Amino acid sequence: MPSVTLDSVVAVHPRVSIRPEPFGALLYHFSTRQLSFLKDRMLLEVVRACDGTRTLGEALGTTGVPAAQTARYLRAVETLVASRMLESASAGTAPRRTAPDSATISTEAVA
Amino acid sequence: MTLVAPTPTATTTTAAPPTPHRTSSTLLGHFERGLDAPICLTWELTYACNLSCSHCLSSSGRRDPRELTTEECKGIIDELQRMQVFYVNIGGGEPTVRSDFWELVDYATAHQVGVKFSTNGVKITPEVAQRLAASDYVDVQISLDGATAEVNDAVRGPGSYDLAMRAMQNLADAGFRGFKISVVCTRENIPQLDDFKAIADRFQAQLRLTRLRPSGRGADVWDDLHPLPHQQRELYDWLVANGEGVLTGDSFFHLSAFGEALPGLNLCGAGRVVCLIDPIGDVYACPFAIHDEFLAGSIREPGGFEGVWRHSELFQKLREPTGGGACGSCAFYDSCRGGCMAAKFFTGLPLDGPDPECVRGFGEQLLAERATDALPKPTADHSHRTSPPRPRGSAGPVPLTLSIRRPDAQPAHACAESPLAGFTPTAVTACACGGH
Repeated sequence: MPSVTLDSVVAVHPRVSIRPEPFGALLYHFSTRQLSFLKDRMLLEVVRACDGTRTLGEALGTTGVPAAQTARYLRAVETLVASRMLESASAGTAPRRTAPDSATISTEAVA
Repeated sequence: MTLVAPTPTATTTTAAPPTPHRTSSTLLGHFERGLDAPICLTWELTYACNLSCSHCLSSSGRRDPRELTTEECKGIIDELQRMQVFYVNIGGGEPTVRSDFWELVDYATAHQVGVKFSTNGVKITPEVAQRLAASDYVDVQISLDGATAEVNDAVRGPGSYDLAMRAMQNLADAGFRGFKISVVCTRENIPQLDDFKAIADRFQAQLRLTRLRPSGRGADVWDDLHPLPHQQRELYDWLVANGEGVLTGDSFFHLSAFGEALPGLNLCGAGRVVCLIDPIGDVYACPFAIHDEFLAGSIREPGGFEGVWRHSELFQKLREPTGGGACGSCAFYDSCRGGCMAAKFFTGLPLDGPDPECVRGFGEQLLAERATDALPKPTADHSHRTSPPRPRGSAGPVPLTLSIRRPDAQPAHACAESPLAGFTPTAVTACACGGH
């Protein structure tokens, strides 16, 4: 598992498309052809704030994530890095490419 | 699918790490009530096909003269882009026989609509394979229904195994990694699952197994070809053992009642998260339900595709909550959710009851009791009129007797009734009909 910290700088992969939904959002990666579901709107805001310039700590701050929930959001971001929806923008904090995570299935699931 | 859930839901206070294979009930609820746009959809581009597979779910063969024009197809792609439909599964018929096929693929990918297309391989030449290998936005799925020519060709027709193998070789040679080999699971090929996997590994492709549906011409062969109960178990065990390395298009969620849920959403997405656009622009709830009963509308209506998706009466109805009907009290209902709507419909079973292949055997029981004389037939049948079509090439030249017919040498028959029988005009000086 890649690890991300509050100092990591990540960005949405350029081949990822984001579709907001009432429950959160759908993310689709055109290269891996995988789909992710974000289960709440605040996580969507966090993902949008990950622009490759801010640290994750700054992104969580901008979005207004309560301090008590920081760990949860970090874990969510970690999952997105593992499925390559987000990629590290600062060398060394997270691997650029990882094998598809076991929690990731292809969009086949809805084909 | 990754389910990313950082915040606790109303009923649990623990952080919900993404759990493989299971989608939370709240998210499933969202899907069951339908999304503003499908996640993906199937688009059959043409009913024309060079093959005549006995189980064709769209009863394809002949082109429909009302087929969508290139401009209409581009209009649909524009709409899909606006609605942020991430990708389309293009099929047919054989989609690559449309002369504007590559133009449409290029148009879609240039408009952020990814394409995965299904083909029997007829047009996958080395040149085409090179081109496909260079694109990130296009995925290819080669249909193969037997790991040997004998098993494959019995369903897909003579020569179709070689056709598919040649296409796969071309893709592999061009460096296309991870293209899909799509297998419809039948009574005949379930013993070949390991062989299919070996073929996929050999070409560095990914195996995709889907369910045989009694849709289209599939209804005619379903009784003989659908897997036997012990084969369902064999298939389920094989899928569990091979995990997410093998794709299924979420087709086997009715088997989840055997135990552990299979990867995928495990719900019927018809009209909720998926649908079908057919070659003439009709929108159906799912690719396996080409019947008036499941026709939601047409993209040729003023509201276009978006209008049909959001407002069709049928889709509204499919998005209403269901109690599970006869299956509601079954302990396994949460796993299989009553199975496949199309499979029930075309086998003549009630839609709110068990799937014909219910793993507890309730489907079989109903199949034995049903009246088989009035099973629903698909609305559109485009089968070749000489089905299966006469084999080309392998049968050698067609013998024709050529002769020159000389009218003046033809004697008038004794029974010829025409007053002009035997009369041969020597010169025509005027013609009154004009225009010829």
